[in-house]
Amino acid sequence: MLTYLLRRFVLALLVIFTVLTISFALTRLSGDIAVAIAGPAASAEDVAVIRKTYGFDRPLPVQFVEWVRSAASGDLGRSYLYREPVSELIRDRLPVTLKLGFAALMVALLVAIPLGIVAAMREGSLVDRGVMLVALVGQAMPGFWLALLLIIQFGLRLQWLPIAGAEDWTGFVLPAIVLAFSAIPALMRLTRSGMIDALSSDYVRTARAKGLSRASIVMKHALRNAAMPVVAVSAVQLGALLGGSVVIEAVFALHGVGFLAWESISKNDFPVVQAVVLFLAVIYIALTLIADLFNAVLDPRLRAA
Amino acid sequence: MDCAICWGPRVTPEPVLEVRDLRIRFGGVVDAVRGVSLDVRGGETHCLVGESGCGKSVTALAIMGLLGRGAVRSSARLAFRGTEMAGLSEREMAKLRGDKIAMIFQEPMTSLNPAFTIGSQMAEVFERHRGGGRRVALDRAAGLLGRVGVSAPGLRLAQYPHQLSGGLRQRVMIAMALMCDPELLIADEPTTALDVTVQAQILRLLVELQRDLGLAILLITHDLGVVARVAHRVSVMYAGEVVESAPATDLFAAPSHPYTRALLACVPVPGVVRRDQPLGSIPGTVPRMEPGFTGCAFRARCRYAMEVCADDVPLRLQGPDHRYLCQLVV
Amino acid sequence: MMAVRLRLGGTLLGAAIVLFVAVLAVFAPLLVPHDPFAQDLMGRLAPPMWLDGAQAGHPFGTDQLGRDYLSRLIYGARISMLIGTATVVTSGLIGITLGVLGGFFGGLVDDAVMFVITCRLSIPLVLVALAVVSLVGSSLTVVVLTLGLLLWDRFAVVSRTTTMQVRNLDFVSAARAAGCSRIYIMWHEVLPNIVHHLVVVATLEMALAILLEAALSFLGLGVPAPLPSWGLMISEAKDYMFFTPWVIEIPGVALFVLVLGINLLGDGLRDLLGATRDA
Repeated sequence: MLTYLLRRFVLALLVIFTVLTISFALTRLSGDIAVAIAGPAASAEDVAVIRKTYGFDRPLPVQFVEWVRSAASGDLGRSYLYREPVSELIRDRLPVTLKLGFAALMVALLVAIPLGIVAAMREGSLVDRGVMLVALVGQAMPGFWLALLLIIQFGLRLQWLPIAGAEDWTGFVLPAIVLAFSAIPALMRLTRSGMIDALSSDYVRTARAKGLSRASIVMKHALRNAAMPVVAVSAVQLGALLGGSVVIEAVFALHGVGFLAWESISKNDFPVVQAVVLFLAVIYIALTLIADLFNAVLDPRLRAA
Repeated sequence: MDCAICWGPRVTPEPVLEVRDLRIRFGGVVDAVRGVSLDVRGGETHCLVGESGCGKSVTALAIMGLLGRGAVRSSARLAFRGTEMAGLSEREMAKLRGDKIAMIFQEPMTSLNPAFTIGSQMAEVFERHRGGGRRVALDRAAGLLGRVGVSAPGLRLAQYPHQLSGGLRQRVMIAMALMCDPELLIADEPTTALDVTVQAQILRLLVELQRDLGLAILLITHDLGVVARVAHRVSVMYAGEVVESAPATDLFAAPSHPYTRALLACVPVPGVVRRDQPLGSIPGTVPRMEPGFTGCAFRARCRYAMEVCADDVPLRLQGPDHRYLCQLVV
Repeated sequence: MMAVRLRLGGTLLGAAIVLFVAVLAVFAPLLVPHDPFAQDLMGRLAPPMWLDGAQAGHPFGTDQLGRDYLSRLIYGARISMLIGTATVVTSGLIGITLGVLGGFFGGLVDDAVMFVITCRLSIPLVLVALAVVSLVGSSLTVVVLTLGLLLWDRFAVVSRTTTMQVRNLDFVSAARAAGCSRIYIMWHEVLPNIVHHLVVVATLEMALAILLEAALSFLGLGVPAPLPSWGLMISEAKDYMFFTPWVIEIPGVALFVLVLGINLLGDGLRDLLGATRDA
């Protein structure tokens, strides 16, 4: 187990280094970065000044080593737009995105797990088909469009919830629901197939032969085994939700990390883009590691391996 | 040698389990069980023997009330200790299961839940049916593990199924079945998945437990060697019917149904099959029975098949306690 | 029985939707009642025919610049289908090559392939796509290439695991014993035996690509105006959605129905071809 974790850790470091390289290359894609920063109105002299100030006149490998070295020490550079360290910008915006991501995951799990269980218990029935239809609809629903529809209905017509911003928790309700939609189909299918396997297993037959209550059979014996992959995928889904919150934060004008990234992209604020890509990648990698640990705790067979 | 036949049955007259005319139909198109009747008495091992697909496991599950959806059960009588079970609700059945009636299965590798410790899985049966704290339940579990020959029971309680061998797991299943002192133990092919040496140990254990606890055992098997070692009474099943039922000694001494005779000819049972008889096999397979079938189901494979075999088959007596279903009079 | 009939019905419905949209896309210039780019500032935001005040000749109404909504919708089908298929081809080429190589050779090659897949999965998809389009400049080609370079992970994962299953089967061993080259075996023995899994992945990826393109265009970093991408149509119309909600409802429903159709078809194919969803 320890060697396995060590291997995973080394692999994670390698992946992070690769992402560092990619995010660096990404910002150099457009050719002359100084021209992009200066904007169309700038003179050649302005561009030259910018080039010198930000060190773009140095050779690319030098710039790259510099970026890696400072990123490793936690310095992600300064925003051209806000004239602030990027790490501080991210730290300020992170709570909003984290709240949104966790709320969305909670909504998704609260919908997906019960529906998945019910579908599995009535496999092949109309209830089951209905649940699978929900999954299909969820998969086909464009998030930003659903967001607009909900804004029209609950924000404008019924006036129950704010249509933008996050003054208090009510501002998170609609965005969390919309974001949850993208995670529900996968989690629901996984719960359903896991529960179908578990409910038809020999150990569930044993549990029934022991005269255990239906609740204990379904919620303890079957769900515990079906939950293992769901937990692993939930962690990965949380990573995807945090990454995918760009669109939702933009629609609802929630000033989180995603909104920051979108703003920076449209304003050519490269250090921020570069840093957010790296930051989200690190979170994703950390979450997959946590998922593995979780699985080891839940599945005694993995603990020994 | 702990051959059951040697020390003879200490049988109480009142049957623990009474089954009369049990029928099970799957999805309205397959008759898996077609009128099975059998009794299991206290202190008696009743073996239900037959080829795979003859309906013996389904019979066991039906007695436990564990048939899946799509199976329809009917019976003239299905009584445990004189109480009819057919009308019981799922909740009332669940109270009997694991408490008065326990069951062990063929696959010890998969029959235990991989996610919980042995101790937790054993204790929960006791807690469910007898209440009391986990401490009490775990003490009893440790005691029973020792009783079924598991070394270091205290250590095993904290282990997970994947840490145990197949033989050990089957011992755990047996100990778990004994947690609430059941009166009836249904064992569905308990030794089939195990190594030959382990098979012998498990069989010996069952015989011992029965002698000491006065259990009634319904043992389902396809292995006549197993039958010869433990059975007091044998019912031979074919295509959903009991075609012959007799005390074990009578059955091996004077098999009456052609199917029983064919079965015995296939298997070298120590002390029963003589050297000079060749080992046979029965051509063909067990047919799938559809509703509306009449006559003898074995006639397609039977060397004595006659025209009358397509008619209803009479139940014949070959002694006070020995019945068989056949046109032939032996 | 009920469930089987529903399943078959779903597959046929999905196939019908995809076929219908494909026909619209291919024959768009012949089918449109108006030029989808022609503005008519006097006839802006004319409501569709099921609402009061509809204008003859504009069954789906007109947009904020007076362009015929039906014509734009039909041209939008072109963009969605084009993005969907082109992305699947690009990402399929990358993903299947990586997956088959990793699954077939195993060992170090496989380790490398797994590493590349892990790297790809840890990159935030939408964000990088937005950044690339923003930096390189938005055009149809850029969107297709960006999505194609990002969406190959499932192709790689599925082709890798299925190749591993096929690799050890007898006919592959036989081909190896007969002295066939490894390239030949991969192309002629492995690929035909995993292709049914890949068809299902292709439908899933096509649906995803279409949704992503719409999202990128919605954020203004996808297909450039005045091309009538459904996502862009929603984006351009959203300032008017509080007064005339149909301006976002019509392209949104089109997008939803097309993606639903592709997914229904994919689910049906999976059952039909006996492929797994996530291998």
